[in-house]
Amino acid sequence: MDYSEVSHFSQTWGLVYLVVMFLGGVIYALWPKNKDKFDHAAHIPLEDD
Amino acid sequence: MTRETTANARLSVDGWVTVVALLIGAFYATLTAARTEDPVMSVHAYIFAGAFILGLFGIIKAYYDNSECLADQPAGAETTIRYNLDIVKAGVIASVFWGIAGFLAGDTIAFQLAYPDLNFDASFFNFGRLRPLHTSAVIFAFGGNVLIATSFYVVQRTCKARLPGTLAPWFVFWGYQLFIVIAATGYLMGATQGKEYAEPEWYADLWLTIVWVVYLFVFLGTLWKRQEPHIYVANWFYLAFIATIAMLHIINNLAVPVSWTSSKSYVLFAGVQDALTQWWYGHNAVGFFLTAGFLAIMYYFVPKRAGRPVYSYRLSIVHFWSLIFMYIWAGPHHLHYTALPDWAQTLGMTFSIMLWMPSWGGMINGLMTLSGAWDKLRTDPVLRMLVVSVAFYGMSTFEGPVMSIKAVNSLSHYTDWTVGHVHSGALGWVAYVSFGALYCLVPWLWNRTQLYSLKLVSYHFWISTFGILLYITSMWVSGILQGLMWRAYNDLGFLEYSFVETVEAMNPFYWIRAIGGAFFVVGSLIMAYNLWRTARGDLRVESRSLAPEAVPNPVAAA
Repeated sequence: MDYSEVSHFSQTWGLVYLVVMFLGGVIYALWPKNKDKFDHAAHIPLEDD
Repeated sequence: MTRETTANARLSVDGWVTVVALLIGAFYATLTAARTEDPVMSVHAYIFAGAFILGLFGIIKAYYDNSECLADQPAGAETTIRYNLDIVKAGVIASVFWGIAGFLAGDTIAFQLAYPDLNFDASFFNFGRLRPLHTSAVIFAFGGNVLIATSFYVVQRTCKARLPGTLAPWFVFWGYQLFIVIAATGYLMGATQGKEYAEPEWYADLWLTIVWVVYLFVFLGTLWKRQEPHIYVANWFYLAFIATIAMLHIINNLAVPVSWTSSKSYVLFAGVQDALTQWWYGHNAVGFFLTAGFLAIMYYFVPKRAGRPVYSYRLSIVHFWSLIFMYIWAGPHHLHYTALPDWAQTLGMTFSIMLWMPSWGGMINGLMTLSGAWDKLRTDPVLRMLVVSVAFYGMSTFEGPVMSIKAVNSLSHYTDWTVGHVHSGALGWVAYVSFGALYCLVPWLWNRTQLYSLKLVSYHFWISTFGILLYITSMWVSGILQGLMWRAYNDLGFLEYSFVETVEAMNPFYWIRAIGGAFFVVGSLIMAYNLWRTARGDLRVESRSLAPEAVPNPVAAA
């Protein structure tokens, strides 16, 4: 694998990788089932134990 | 102190490991001090040996005093969680101390730039040696201690679990202070490996690696023990900060020492590879040390102080993952128009611009947490400080991507504009969010109902803000002036100005900057006084009605 092949790979598949990771993060954050969990988590700092 | 409980008077596993390691370390450091012919290494070997022996002495004293710090779960652990808050107190004190030291060093070199005779012709007082002393003191000594203190507080509180181990957290704290002393004394003696923000030599780097790995394990151990099923978002930011800094620190500092008794080393990389590794490190020191770590502070202390949950927890998740996945690629924007391949420069620029989205997402999330509680800004100067820090975060993360655009960078690079940009982030964002956290923590940790004086917080806020504004506005003018003078050609194609003419033009702005810095130092001294009186339990009689401060749990705060 020479320099141009490495740079070509990173310039193309790097984009796919980051878009997939981003969509994964957004889907996890917006998944309806997670709503209760996140609502609870948002209150963790305010709990006086 | 209950003498009858003999259960405490026993060293735990990490206690024994620390004792053995300190013995070996003291022996090796003494051996090095005896064998070295390098004056810097000699001083540092003695400092290491002295610190290790002091550490051993401290453990023996704690053992015979039956000290609580040797007990895994202090008495009373059956009913409530006994958080390890002594370590947080130590971190708060160290933060204030190093903060003032670092601000003073910074203002000293600001005056040296305005009036170079202040070098006093002394090598150790030279700008070139004091400058890394300033940057390391404010970033690593002040910022690092704030991050260690707040992370140990926040992770315990949000996980409802005590820090694991007995001596391990203390090893992290004292080991980190030792690294600071080694780094600072090294700079003054002229020892540096010449990498910006990574100046300490190989042995200091190795020592920091050990300390940092223990820090990572203490943090992970608390997450492991957690009684709260969900890991709160602040802990994600702290974990990203600790893990990424470990990776960056190890790779950027790969070096071969001249010998085991020499303070000098040679970096493994060369040429443009070295430059790219350095700025991959350098920019992520900004991204993960000065951003991710302090965003963790924002995500805990702003909701806590405002008494409201974070505006959108979903946004905080997208904020976290997009920030850490993008920041790591932005480093090449420090190497525009260099030997770095053009596409890599463009990549660094593009990722920097994309960083606008997570940065502003985070800023909006922090600011909107106050929706419905904006009135508190009027009555609570601590919350005002926290909110203004988030506003500065938004401003400097807007400015940064603009400066990463090649066309803008060709004007701004190597000028004072960069210095101004860094300080709007460092003073406005990092220091202010830290001050806000310190103002919250001291009454909580020392079991006080409120701060000694909210009026003094207000003075601190206005004096420092005025100082910051003097600083960044003078550096904008100075930087753009400098950049325009450098690139000015006359009709015959010669440079319009000699270099020294551009230096002369900077001088008035250097004075304004130095005076602005002095305001900032004064503000921090007011804070130190206020926090000290608060810890002592004093309360200043003030006419205005004061916002009551939340004391999270006076009973558990041991």
